[in-house]
Amino acid sequence: MSITYLEAIREAQYEALRNNPSVFLYGQDIGSFGGAFKATKNLNKEFPGRVFDSPISEDAMVGMAVGAAVEGARPIVEMQFADFSSVGFNQIVNQAATLYWRTSTPCPITIRMPSGGTAGSGPFHSQSMEAIYAHYPGLVIVTPATVEDAYWMLLDSIAINDPVIYCEHKFLYYHLKADEIGTRTLPIGKARIARPGRHATIVTYSAMVHEALRAAEELQLDGYSIEVVDLRSVKPMDTDTILASVARTGRLLAVGEAFPWGGVTAEIIARVASEGFHLLDAPPMRLNSKDTPIPYHPNLWKAHRPTIATIAAALRRLLRY
Amino acid sequence: MLLSRVLEEKLGSLYRAGGRIVGGVYLGKGQEAFSAALGIQLRKGRDIYGPLIRDQAGRIAFGESLLDAVRTYLGAVTGPMRGRDGNIHRGRPKEGLMAMISHLGSLVSVVAGGLFARRLAGTLHDSVGATSIGDGGTSTGAFHEGLNMAAVEKLPLVISVANNQYAYSTPNCRQYACVDLVDRAKGYGVQGVAVDATDLGQCLEAFDAAVKRARNGEGPQMVVGHLLRLSGHGEHDDASYIPETARKGPSSVDCLPAAERRIIDEGWMNENELKDLFTEARGKVDQAVAKVSKEATPDPFKEKWQALSSEELAEGHHEA
Repeated sequence: MSITYLEAIREAQYEALRNNPSVFLYGQDIGSFGGAFKATKNLNKEFPGRVFDSPISEDAMVGMAVGAAVEGARPIVEMQFADFSSVGFNQIVNQAATLYWRTSTPCPITIRMPSGGTAGSGPFHSQSMEAIYAHYPGLVIVTPATVEDAYWMLLDSIAINDPVIYCEHKFLYYHLKADEIGTRTLPIGKARIARPGRHATIVTYSAMVHEALRAAEELQLDGYSIEVVDLRSVKPMDTDTILASVARTGRLLAVGEAFPWGGVTAEIIARVASEGFHLLDAPPMRLNSKDTPIPYHPNLWKAHRPTIATIAAALRRLLRY
Repeated sequence: MLLSRVLEEKLGSLYRAGGRIVGGVYLGKGQEAFSAALGIQLRKGRDIYGPLIRDQAGRIAFGESLLDAVRTYLGAVTGPMRGRDGNIHRGRPKEGLMAMISHLGSLVSVVAGGLFARRLAGTLHDSVGATSIGDGGTSTGAFHEGLNMAAVEKLPLVISVANNQYAYSTPNCRQYACVDLVDRAKGYGVQGVAVDATDLGQCLEAFDAAVKRARNGEGPQMVVGHLLRLSGHGEHDDASYIPETARKGPSSVDCLPAAERRIIDEGWMNENELKDLFTEARGKVDQAVAKVSKEATPDPFKEKWQALSSEELAEGHHEA
């Protein structure tokens, strides 16, 4: 028996629907079809009247979730692809994210965003939106990288009384498996040391955790021990764990799959530079995708995003300094 | 509508005098009949109301207190927005009064969502939701998405469209190409009626019927009111772009004196009784302004600079 990252997401929604009558699911094709990726497979049969096909209206989907949350519901909205959340952007950053601060009315909604690139998906089915949403006050942004986190962090997201952007990585849907879901270990807001090391720290999140771990294995062959920090949530960002790791290694490489300008890796570097400058033995480095739209062809796509090879090369530069 | 006019005249004069009101003042002069006619149909505590910019009259009819209005305009920390948001953006969502954001059309789906959740929880009963929009707001994607969704879900939502002929300075001919905005209702599968919104009687009848249909499970209802905005977009705006022809046109009738004439003609009240109502309204407004003027404005050092309700997830400050 094993369970995939995608199945863990389905199971978490099953649990949430089973345990809390205020939870309902709203999204395109998520009813009898079970969702574009089957993350809601059979849920409409198991929970009749609580899993709804929505019109192709990302703005209205989020707006309706906000209104429902005001009335005490805990809606889960599925964006078919994170990319399409740009159509619902206004409702997310201006309606949902400001509601509590403006009116003291909590807004417990969870927006699931199938994120990140897969080969052949092209510019509009591959985006990583976490940095865009993290920029706005009033939102929690989680980026699970493991089967266990996919499950527990989705349940935690639904329980949070604030809007949560749940970035699930499509590349991990089928590739990532675990023997079982496992027990809940860390709360949202705490980073995880995915691999301990002494010579350099990679801080990363989501699918890039796995690329970073493999790059670390490669460097191990050269005698370097690389620590990998999985942020788990990019907002809040666990600055203490990052700084503690940099204190151990003296070197920092921040890796993300999103576009390079600003963003999560820039935030990591900025925090370490301003709060942990004295801990650094080398200038901190970052590695992101290229500053172009995400290409369709696999040859180009593989070169667009960070890979094991480019992460390993960046680590070698960092270690040579 | 009378109290609304008196309050808004006071707010306008406070704005022009300077110093007291921070930010803009957006008045509903000429739209009171249309706005109040909807608000009066709604039951506070049972129905959901998402007023927009020119709905002071609807807010009063719904049951929002004068103090909430004045406190928000004067930025008092005692008000529902505590200085965090101002003027027409106020609301008490938990009490069914939504607090609009500036992005037009985006309340349509929010009010629909409240109704949707109630239906799911089995608490909808005969409650309705209502929200307002103007001619300009009907051009947004959010309006289209929201109304289409409400129609698909067959929710008891009443949309009032105040066609005041100008979206800020943009005339109807640059806003839409259909003959009448009520024509749009058909495209959404929604029942729509159009009224002369300068006539209180027509407004009352139209909203009475529309709200009843919504309560009876007939799905979303649209009421389009034809009128003219009798003020600028805000008090900073002299509306010099509105030509004389429109200012003297049939929609330029001021609904308030028109309603007074009707009341006197029908013998429902005499002039003195009406005058007493005005005096009473002025007293209430002056009292509210005097009270709020003594109240504290927000203190940045006491402000809780935290956007999340979850303490444990709030980020520490990482700036110098």
